[in-house]
Amino acid sequence: MTDLTKFREETKKWLDENCPPSMRNGADPKIPTDEVWGGRNAKYKNPESKIWLDRMGEKGWTMPTVPREYGGGGLSKEEVKVLNEEMFFIGAKQPLLSFGIWMLAPVLLEYGTEEQKKLHIPKIIKGQIRWCQGYSEPGSGSDLASLSTKADDIGDHFLVNGQKVWTSYADKADWIFALVRTGPKEPKHDGISFLLIDMATKGVSTKPITLISGKSPFCETFFDNVEVPKENLIGELNSGWTIAKKLLQHERAFISNFGLAAGMGSKRDVVSIAKKHLGEENGKIKNTFYRSEISSHKIKEHAFGLTLKRAGDEGGKASATASMFKLYGTEHNKKRHELMVAASGINGVAWDGDEFEDDDKNLTRAWLRTKGNSLEGGTSEVQLNVISKRVLGLPST
Amino acid sequence: MKLILNEEEQFLRDTAKNFAKERSPITHFRALRDNNDPILWDKDLWSEMSKLGWPGIMIPEKYGGSNFGISGICVVLQECAKTLTPSPLFATGVLGAFSIKTYGTDEQKEKYLPSIVSGDLTVSLAVDESSHHNPYETELSAKKNNNNYLLSGKKVFVIDGASSDLLIVLARTSGNKGDSTGLTLFLVDSNQVGINKVKLEMADSRNYANITFENVDVPSENILGDPEAGGEAIENILDIGRIAISAEMLGNSEAAFETTLDYLKQRKQFGVLIGSFQALQHRAAEMFCEIELTKSSVMAAMRAADEGSNELQRLSSLAKTVAGETLHLVSNEAIQMHGGIGVTDEYDVGFFLKRARVAEQIFGSSKFHTERYANLSGF
Repeated sequence: MTDLTKFREETKKWLDENCPPSMRNGADPKIPTDEVWGGRNAKYKNPESKIWLDRMGEKGWTMPTVPREYGGGGLSKEEVKVLNEEMFFIGAKQPLLSFGIWMLAPVLLEYGTEEQKKLHIPKIIKGQIRWCQGYSEPGSGSDLASLSTKADDIGDHFLVNGQKVWTSYADKADWIFALVRTGPKEPKHDGISFLLIDMATKGVSTKPITLISGKSPFCETFFDNVEVPKENLIGELNSGWTIAKKLLQHERAFISNFGLAAGMGSKRDVVSIAKKHLGEENGKIKNTFYRSEISSHKIKEHAFGLTLKRAGDEGGKASATASMFKLYGTEHNKKRHELMVAASGINGVAWDGDEFEDDDKNLTRAWLRTKGNSLEGGTSEVQLNVISKRVLGLPST
Repeated sequence: MKLILNEEEQFLRDTAKNFAKERSPITHFRALRDNNDPILWDKDLWSEMSKLGWPGIMIPEKYGGSNFGISGICVVLQECAKTLTPSPLFATGVLGAFSIKTYGTDEQKEKYLPSIVSGDLTVSLAVDESSHHNPYETELSAKKNNNNYLLSGKKVFVIDGASSDLLIVLARTSGNKGDSTGLTLFLVDSNQVGINKVKLEMADSRNYANITFENVDVPSENILGDPEAGGEAIENILDIGRIAISAEMLGNSEAAFETTLDYLKQRKQFGVLIGSFQALQHRAAEMFCEIELTKSSVMAAMRAADEGSNELQRLSSLAKTVAGETLHLVSNEAIQMHGGIGVTDEYDVGFFLKRARVAEQIFGSSKFHTERYANLSGF
């Protein structure tokens, strides 16, 4: 028996014994489901969500490739593939959604000190600390490097003052990783540092922002004379921009994959919506204008999916293609939602009340939410700039 | 299915790249056009290509070929398309070679495949009969006459039809126009009595003909594949052809884009390089992305063909649609971004536009394949 076969058998057995029934295929639909983000104040409608998180976190399998010494699974790429396959096979739910996993941990592994890695990564992996991202500011959107939230060095700690905006779930997060200005006299890219701040510190406050979808996934975050220990600085002083760019690549890769996965895995499918609302004839969408537009869109998404696969097969030339994936992932997601809304007719713009089905009302909200996809993590226009300059080598003005 | 080239394919690509650059730069095509060349490809160049083994890339070793499959020939076509290299490689090396090696009897293979490999025999596939691709609309009839068939009717837009030696003809042996059944493929010597070829003058200055058949006497042993099963065979042959022409169109797009990008980096107006204007930068970035998507689509389709995947049909339509739309975009933008020089005959970029619009029609436009993709996807 090869090591991999042995690993597969052990994994299968472990999942069988440890993945609670409501966390896998065939779960009782009456049991409430949680979107598990972990953290100090996490609440669970289903206690098995917590059990599943704790067990997976203990194994380090929420970040299976991270070394054991930082609380990860210490698995090889091949073993991770086996783990994913076995989890897919029983329909196991992802135990944890986490900006710590998607964005912070990868840069900590690259830029953090040994102490920082040992302090923060295990808590990310176990879902004990929920992180949020402090990048954008009211005056610094696409021109992120112009940010002005400042961290003054006053001897044994930094004193942070300023405001962040579009902080996802800041009102629920325990810690924030933030870009702050530490070199006010340096050129704008060279005066930024990457700082970790405990949201429970005195002087940190948050305020939710209501979006056009009616939901509030984002906040404004305020820092008023917040004292931050020196050891919370990641990397060198004033070298935060390099880290920020690296993190943005992780974020863009995540957003584009998420958009695609949302399209492929979603219960919401433009074809079934079109068949339901526009009628079906011999298995075809009856209205040929919509049918042709939907087919064009499906072809583009299919080609995009193949491009993600090709990038994987090529071994990931991430930096050159991350912008393209972010651009297409989000633009396709917007287009798909526009098509679903259009194909639903007036039901596609339902807002509330009992006259409409939940599916319709949820679609309206989801469609409105997609408008942010091509703004967050760098707008589509910023991605086009990156491609023009860094990939195509076109000159600056 | 790995979407990367293997070593042999990389070698073929590099050879083809050098060949196109050194032996058939665009000036080669321009000279053929300017000289009103009767067949619009060069026999000496074709014999050089044959010595490199290209017509035999899809043909089994047993008949002298190298058996590198559709992927092998696609990388060559893609490179040759970058300099608009005209040659019988598509019609003979893809359509002819694939049809006969897949559907031919042992006798037919013995008879034709070695001379395709050597470059001595050129082949055309005669399918369409009207301005829009639609194989099931075939009306050209093959009527049984003792042990022979009599072919009567007209084929249009036959690629390389002005010069090819052997025709593979899709004919109706039963049923009516529009039926996918009742079709049969025939191997017909293009010099046979009753055949009349009229060379077409098309915008892309390549070799095409309309061909009429008047009681052309064809023995039944010249049936390719099973009688009455031509509908299925032609779909398969066409899918291979669609993937190959998509690879060519990808090469066209890459070259037109590269020329345009170079121009953006050297042309100055208002005292600055025009490539510094965001209005042009974003459009260039979009073209780059569309070409990346086309690469993946073509590669997935050629892999599906070589691996006998049941996704072949859908991926073939995907590739032809994406390659068509990308080339449409790039050929238009290339002209616009070049400004006035782009619409002069002296400058090469116009050749890509003309080639684009003809290639877009070959074996079904993007519209045709968008509809086919929907049919195959169950909506």
